[in-house]
Amino acid sequence: MKRFLTSTALVAALALPATVFADAQSGMDPNAKSGGNITISYKDDVATLDPAIGYDWQNWSMIKSLYDGLMDYVPGTTDLRPGLAESYEISEDGMTFTFKLREGVKFHNGREMTAEDVKYSLDRVTNPKTQSPGAGFFGSIAGFDAISSGQTEALEGVKVIDPYTVEITLSRPDATFLHVMGLNFASVVAREAIEEAGVDFGKTAMGTGAFKLGEWTIGQRLVFEKNEDYWREGLPYLDSITFEVGQEPIVALLRLQNGEVDVPGDGIPPAKFQEVMADPAQAARVIEGGQLHTGYITLNVKMPPFDNVDVRRAVNMAINKERITQVINGRAVPATQPLPPSMPGYTDGYEGYPHDPEAAKALLAKAGFADGFETELYVMNTDPNPRIAQAIQQDLANVGIKASIQSLAQASVIAAGGEADQAPMIWSGGMAWIADFPDASNFYGPILGCAGAVQGGWNWSWYCNEEVDAMATEADSMTDPDAVEARLQKWSDAYMKIMEDAPWVPVFNEQRYTMKSERMGGADALYVDPVSIPVNYDYVYVTDVQ
Amino acid sequence: MINFLARRLLQSAMILLGVSLITFALLYLLPSDPVRQIAGRSATAQTVANIREQLGLDQPFVVQYWRYLTSLVQGDLGRSYLQKTEVSTLIAARLPASLLLMVGAIVAELVVGLTMGVVAALRRGTATDNSLMIASFIGVSAPQFVVGLLLLYVFAVQLGWFPIGGYGTFSHLVLPAMTLGILGSGWYSRMMRSSMIDVLRQDFIRTAHAKGLSRARVLLRHALPNAILPIIAMIGIDVGIFMGGIVVVESVFGWPGIGQLAWQAIQRVDIPIIMGVTLVSACAIVIGNLVADIASLFADPRIKVR
Repeated sequence: MKRFLTSTALVAALALPATVFADAQSGMDPNAKSGGNITISYKDDVATLDPAIGYDWQNWSMIKSLYDGLMDYVPGTTDLRPGLAESYEISEDGMTFTFKLREGVKFHNGREMTAEDVKYSLDRVTNPKTQSPGAGFFGSIAGFDAISSGQTEALEGVKVIDPYTVEITLSRPDATFLHVMGLNFASVVAREAIEEAGVDFGKTAMGTGAFKLGEWTIGQRLVFEKNEDYWREGLPYLDSITFEVGQEPIVALLRLQNGEVDVPGDGIPPAKFQEVMADPAQAARVIEGGQLHTGYITLNVKMPPFDNVDVRRAVNMAINKERITQVINGRAVPATQPLPPSMPGYTDGYEGYPHDPEAAKALLAKAGFADGFETELYVMNTDPNPRIAQAIQQDLANVGIKASIQSLAQASVIAAGGEADQAPMIWSGGMAWIADFPDASNFYGPILGCAGAVQGGWNWSWYCNEEVDAMATEADSMTDPDAVEARLQKWSDAYMKIMEDAPWVPVFNEQRYTMKSERMGGADALYVDPVSIPVNYDYVYVTDVQ
Repeated sequence: MINFLARRLLQSAMILLGVSLITFALLYLLPSDPVRQIAGRSATAQTVANIREQLGLDQPFVVQYWRYLTSLVQGDLGRSYLQKTEVSTLIAARLPASLLLMVGAIVAELVVGLTMGVVAALRRGTATDNSLMIASFIGVSAPQFVVGLLLLYVFAVQLGWFPIGGYGTFSHLVLPAMTLGILGSGWYSRMMRSSMIDVLRQDFIRTAHAKGLSRARVLLRHALPNAILPIIAMIGIDVGIFMGGIVVVESVFGWPGIGQLAWQAIQRVDIPIIMGVTLVSACAIVIGNLVADIASLFADPRIKVR
């Protein structure tokens, strides 16, 4: 919980309506050496490097290294710090943010980045023509609805005051706004590069980041080269990074053992986990880290018998979470509530529903299902999810519920969840929520709020409690820095209310396990960075250079 | 002959049209929404509706298909939903790798399969024959994913003879080509064996022996060419089998071909890419079959063109 406290304290400090200066926490490593090249492997090809579009496992941290936004995070942590903004001020009512930009920051083409670029980038990401999956995050900026409906091409709320000052006005108080400005989607891009490349911009890159795109051979490899003019002095440490794509995780592991790969980007394949951990030489290079992730079962409150809260509570008590974590070799901790433990707003001391099949049976009998019932459990068809579904199936059978497993491709499960009357239960594995930014609100809106309980939405339990929705709105309006604790308490209360209504069975919080080659240096946290997922490339280094 | 070719070309065009219609219809009926994949999980209903309209996915099936077809005729395969890149660019970047892999696999399956078949035919009924035929049976039945990982583990990791996956040099090609070719070599060894046995029974072989030719000369000059011709003509048909196999083999070996592209597109419901790869594969299969037909004409004069 230490991280929770520091991060809260920092947010509180940053939110003071006074000028705050950066460089307090640079993340620089005194032992770091400069130079060298590393090789990272990924299974899936990189779809795009356009920061307005990219939303995948492999391109998220690549984009972070090519681009910068106004806000940033201290490496390896969830603590906000200013990025391209040198400082910022927040008005008394919390509705206006004035960002002072760093002077002399250059794009990779040598042109200086100015306030116009910030405005252009925000206009672009919110313009529906860009088709950005992140556009919705900017909903609190004044004028968002006008641009989103196509009436205008510029955000009314974003104003250029002078070349180094941007003023952003909100249409409603938004306590998460600084986090939003730290998202990849808020990266500052160079207009001329986008106008030149047109629709194909995603296969190029032009930012202010620590690395610039060197070579990109589609389907084979990308090479990032050090940005010699990077505005953070002394960074990055590496001269270049080679990303090799199209490699099965199991092959990547063999190549790592052979010294050909430095970090397998997709982590250790589950099938090889025990073998790796049993070998002391390899286990020493394994890095474990938490992530802002919860795996859960959704219970569709619109489909009988899950419309009965007693049935939902009974299912919560029927599931043996300990045993399910064993199915994935203990690479997770049992969950008690929707929020993961390292997220601010997590309710400490709440035990969740106990594993108690007898009590579950009693509740089912009370609800009129003494003999159980038949239902369906939807699950994504890649390992280990079908095996987890089988464990859930057995637990349910123990209390008399016969669940048949529907094992489908990811897109089909997502589609089934988006229909009000199709999937009574879904195991979220492989599609589970990983926070976009470290704030309690990020686990609510789309997956538990009324806004997500629509056709094609992500709220697969179709839970919509107006009372909780009101609490959420109220919490996110609490922008007063003195109210940080009160706001987190509000969120904690909201999630407790949700647990009472039991639309989910929170099952586990997955830990991330990855490996690195012997020559890789830098703090372990950089390899399991909660924000620069999966690796923070700007700060890692190799030890075998002169 | 001209007539025959013209008729076959027309048939091929009809087949491709049929493939495009069936694939498009299947993707249309698929219970997953590509717009949701593009819009992401935080999208508002407005964004989703916007994207649906921009891509024309709000139109009825007939309109969507007609639009696709009219641009297809103009050589436009469209743009990937998620990558925004032209599908033709993506396929062009990856097609050479897949073709190289296929050529490698053809060489591998012929060398291995024909050798096994000839040896088995000459040692007919012996333990050698039996073990070779069992081996070919295993080759035909073994899942390519397992064969690939096994070859990778033994020859690349343990023995270090070949690189562990990847693309670029001849030594990168050997293991994936073997993996892809093993299935075919199983078939070819069996066909070659029976074809060879057939030929060895023919009168002209007896005559050749009778006029005192050496055993090697009878085999290489008289028997082999006659036995091998009908088999060579089959290679065109392999293209279809390869198109299925490359999806698996390319992903095991990290081979940057169109199989990988298809696999990743299917997972993300990137319809333009799925359509593009399907049509290119269908083209390859149709051409392969056409070549096989023509080759058979030359290989076996008994086949008459009508």
